[in-house]
Amino acid sequence: MFVDERQVLVVFPHPDDEAFSCAGVIRQMTNRGIPVTYACLTLGEMGRNLGNPPFATRESLPEIRRAELKQACEAMGIQDLRMMGLRDKTIEFEDDEKMIQLVTNLIEELNPSLMITFLPGYSVHPDHEATARAVREAVRRMPVAERPTVLAVGFANNTFDEVGLPPIKVDISDVMDNKVAALQAHASQTAWMMEETKKRVDDGSTMTESWLKSEAFYVLNDFLDA
Amino acid sequence: MEAVNQQHLQQLIDSFANKDVFIHLETTNGSYATHFNEKFFNAGAFIRNVQLRYELGKIVSDSPHRVGLKLAHGWVYAQGITHYEVDEQGRLLMAGLDYEGKLAVALQISETPFAY
Repeated sequence: MFVDERQVLVVFPHPDDEAFSCAGVIRQMTNRGIPVTYACLTLGEMGRNLGNPPFATRESLPEIRRAELKQACEAMGIQDLRMMGLRDKTIEFEDDEKMIQLVTNLIEELNPSLMITFLPGYSVHPDHEATARAVREAVRRMPVAERPTVLAVGFANNTFDEVGLPPIKVDISDVMDNKVAALQAHASQTAWMMEETKKRVDDGSTMTESWLKSEAFYVLNDFLDA
Repeated sequence: MEAVNQQHLQQLIDSFANKDVFIHLETTNGSYATHFNEKFFNAGAFIRNVQLRYELGKIVSDSPHRVGLKLAHGWVYAQGITHYEVDEQGRLLMAGLDYEGKLAVALQISETPFAY
């Protein structure tokens, strides 16, 4: 899947959103030489996990996460990382038109054939929702024939009930190690979880295997003119 | 950050009194609290780089600690402070870290503005 993409544009608000949702698919595409740009809107400045005893402060966390993000991009083979300089947990309070224009400018510059972001209404975190809304509106304003395909990640508790199972499920078992490396790169956010996961993999738990071996997406285009 | 040493932290709070300072005050349960528990009422507040001047600042002995600042016309306080440090820029960073190491409250005082 996605073998002949011209250019991919990934838009998420927080370092690690990409690792959880689509690191495998990204790595599969970068392995094929498809150019992938990742626009990461914030540095996750408001991350709560500082440790106890603490390894970071509210003020030192952004630089830690900037380094983690760069390392994750290496694990995914992303060569064009754009850190957009917004602040964690403030995206929904920015001017809506400014956010749409930010996405439009990226689309006009890069002319992506494929985009990846969150599914509006089903992505839980206010920053996720605001990012998804901006992408949806930027793409909706394009002529239908010129729109990129937009893969969208939805994980709210009511997602399956309201919009069904995601229609696209990608087997990423060939790049599972890269996905794990991307998750591990975001150590300030994932260290505790990766420890748990490793334990479960060692125990042979199939549940853990499954979320590291496939990634699932809705197609935002299906929701655009509804 | 280190666990609060009340006497030392009181001296640090005193050192910023009667100066124009920038404040970061934050309380949070995290943006996923309601995702993990739909019965959870998620509330929080955030204020950053508001300039003020306090005439009296006090840390109370109960641990986790409460820290209150008395202003000419009002108050600032934070509950649940467990850790503190003066960073390399001379800013007083106080935080309340819960039992899992997640920040629940922060109160920070600086003579220069915090980054964006």
